[in-house]
Amino acid sequence: MEAAVKPQRQMVRLRGRSYVAFVFVPTVPIQDWLLEIDATIARSPGFFVGRPVVVDLSSVDLSQSGISHLLTSLQDRNIRVLGIEGVEEARLTPAMPPLLTGGRHCVVEPNAPKKAETKQTKQPTSLLLETPVRSGQTVIFPEGDITILGSVGSGAEVVAGGSIHVYGALRGRAMAGVNGHTSARIYCQKIEAELLAIDGFYQTADDIDAALRGKPAQAWLQGNTMRITALN
Amino acid sequence: MSKVLVVTSGKGGVGKTTTTAALGAALAQRGDKVVVVDFDVGLRNLDLVMGAERRVVFDLINVVQGVAKLPQALIRDKRLENLWLLPASQTRDKDALTEQGVGNVIADLRSRFDWVICDSPAGIERGASMAMRYADEAVIVTNPEVSSVRDSDRIIGMLDSKTVRAEKGERVTKHILITRYDSSRASRGEMLSIDDILEILATPLLGIIPESQDVLKASNVGTPVTLANTDGAPARAYIDAAKRLCGETVAMHIPAERRGLMDRLLRRRAA
Repeated sequence: MEAAVKPQRQMVRLRGRSYVAFVFVPTVPIQDWLLEIDATIARSPGFFVGRPVVVDLSSVDLSQSGISHLLTSLQDRNIRVLGIEGVEEARLTPAMPPLLTGGRHCVVEPNAPKKAETKQTKQPTSLLLETPVRSGQTVIFPEGDITILGSVGSGAEVVAGGSIHVYGALRGRAMAGVNGHTSARIYCQKIEAELLAIDGFYQTADDIDAALRGKPAQAWLQGNTMRITALN
Repeated sequence: MSKVLVVTSGKGGVGKTTTTAALGAALAQRGDKVVVVDFDVGLRNLDLVMGAERRVVFDLINVVQGVAKLPQALIRDKRLENLWLLPASQTRDKDALTEQGVGNVIADLRSRFDWVICDSPAGIERGASMAMRYADEAVIVTNPEVSSVRDSDRIIGMLDSKTVRAEKGERVTKHILITRYDSSRASRGEMLSIDDILEILATPLLGIIPESQDVLKASNVGTPVTLANTDGAPARAYIDAAKRLCGETVAMHIPAERRGLMDRLLRRRAA
């Protein structure tokens, strides 16, 4: 051991960083504006949870007690105010959030990192099931086609982003092209379906031509109407 | 090697309890040590069908909760010495069944018996899911009608996903037992045919039990139908089904009722 540890002076490091904050612009009457906030919270609870909020007071003329009342009202709604904008510093007490200036406008993106997903290995675009889909079971595959080697029981549900292929009897519900994929189709070896749907256009068992029942069939969209015809 | 067999159906009134008692007695008659367990907590019936309702002291819930020991709750059949009954509680409800508790009881029963036959309640709720939870094999009781078949399909889906075996990636061996089959009505097209049922359920057939007065009579006197009238069509069908459960190959035929001339005349008039 040769080096003794020298007491070194720790440097204070200062770094700049910018954050995206919601800016609230209260309007008169404040009471009505608060009701509006309440309505937003009621529609989506947790909307403001963990989001920094800045209050812009430029469009109202509030006294010190008015500002303090507004801040408590927001606090009661679990909204924490990070800073205040658009008012003279003299009207703020030291207990209030600091005065901010020089904010810039930006677009708030709800879920920022989408790029990472696309870089991942390609998701499979089809799903193969080798067992029958039983009554009460639901198979959902929004990414693409579903192929079923077996029957789809009465009361079962198959939902696909792409086409649905059933190598057996289709007795339940089949919904293809759920993400607006109009060229999706439904194929089955034996049509006894309760409901067929492609991109939201549907037909129930009653609408399906009785002559087709129990036969191989396919369903597709022709404009805004669903067509069901025999296969081959 | 002991096996846990669940008798289930989804729909009520199709003959689960009758089947449990009949298969239990038929297997016990072959010399296996059998226990039939009633999972229909709150609506117990198996004790009546087995004719043991006067001898119930402790029940499944007492054992699950550790209030009673298993041998205290087991009731030995008076006719067959290797047939036992574990009754359900009539005063409690199905929430009293805990997964852990049921698992312990089933494990204990497994070590004592060759066959543990669980009589499932109707429905797909807690009672039914607890009855099937630890099963190795399942008998799905189905009547030849669309509602019963669809409910059976739902139950098969649960057997393939909610049992311990399914969760371990193994399979529960499943058998379809068609009960209350009336060959004359089926020939007139008033019932689903056997082929239709098997096509919808895509599961092997264990047996076909004909509709018969024997079943009702046997239930009313508290005797499993396989002990009451061994020559009757339903008893023979159940005995064949029990043989198939043990791995024997028995030709499948639809047992017809042996009817006298007088019966036939009277039946026609009544119809």
